[in-house]
Amino acid sequence: MPSNDERWLDAEAGPVVRPYALTQGRTRHTGESFDLVATVVATRSFADPAALAPEHISVLQLARVPTTVADIASDVDLPLGVVRIILADLRELGLVVISTPVVMAERIDKHTLREVLNGLRGL
Amino acid sequence: MDYGVSDAAGGNRQYRAIKILLAGGFGVGKTTLVGAVSEIRPLRTEEPLTEGSLHTDSTFGVEGKTTTTVAMDFGRISLRRDLVLYLFGTPGQQRFWFMWDELAIGALGAVVLADTRRLADSFPAIDYFERRQIPFIVALNCFEGAVRYETEDVRLALDLDPDMPIILCDARSKDSAKEVLITLVEHVLVTASEEPLSGIA
Repeated sequence: MPSNDERWLDAEAGPVVRPYALTQGRTRHTGESFDLVATVVATRSFADPAALAPEHISVLQLARVPTTVADIASDVDLPLGVVRIILADLRELGLVVISTPVVMAERIDKHTLREVLNGLRGL
Repeated sequence: MDYGVSDAAGGNRQYRAIKILLAGGFGVGKTTLVGAVSEIRPLRTEEPLTEGSLHTDSTFGVEGKTTTTVAMDFGRISLRRDLVLYLFGTPGQQRFWFMWDELAIGALGAVVLADTRRLADSFPAIDYFERRQIPFIVALNCFEGAVRYETEDVRLALDLDPDMPIILCDARSKDSAKEVLITLVEHVLVTASEEPLSGIA
């Protein structure tokens, strides 16, 4: 028996609440957290389109090439919180791998900073 | 396995996404600046309001609301195929710190965009970056009709260190916006060079 707070959000209620209806009312994703510029890439695992929501499929398609979380959220035009939950679902299903950005591990090194500087000057 | 970017030659280089934050009060020109230097793209975040933000923000009329939708300014600058700058512009008020906390992790640095007519709007952002030791610079957007102040007067008003860059900019101009970013990266490079070696002396 769902609690009062959850009664609108059971699986049969349909999309009565936007946009977290897409996530069955969840506002927090499962598993390890990931950064806005973490790279998402689809694995070659078979995904049954009938088992996935259209939004999950859109996200999966964008991740066929390595794409950041922010880029995906912008492209599918859904709030980041929702996209994060969709991504975590796909990760749990083994359909995507989300990797920490290279520069997150430590401070950005001087070599990279100089590359950025040269890149900006050349714009 | 490494999920880098494959280049035409079949090589595999690690994709580097670098975050730069742009903070400042409403209407200070964050969107304009991001748009001047990059292709601006829509990005929304919808986060549950914490108990804290409900209480501190009673004037905003959010009582009874459990989530808040915030539009971020989001721009991408591809410097190379494997080196991309991501600009995130976020409002400067305290109630948006839930976004900053995650944006700041691993960020190259931040630009605080300020309007000399409303300097106080930039205080929370400056406090935030100082406390977390995130390198930042202050860029004064020169609005038409605003009195031009000397940057040193602004430094005094904002109580900034003498070596903290403060530059004048025109957020509408690509060259000017570029110069702002270049000033930030140069500042981060200098700061990185000056840092003493870690460890016990």
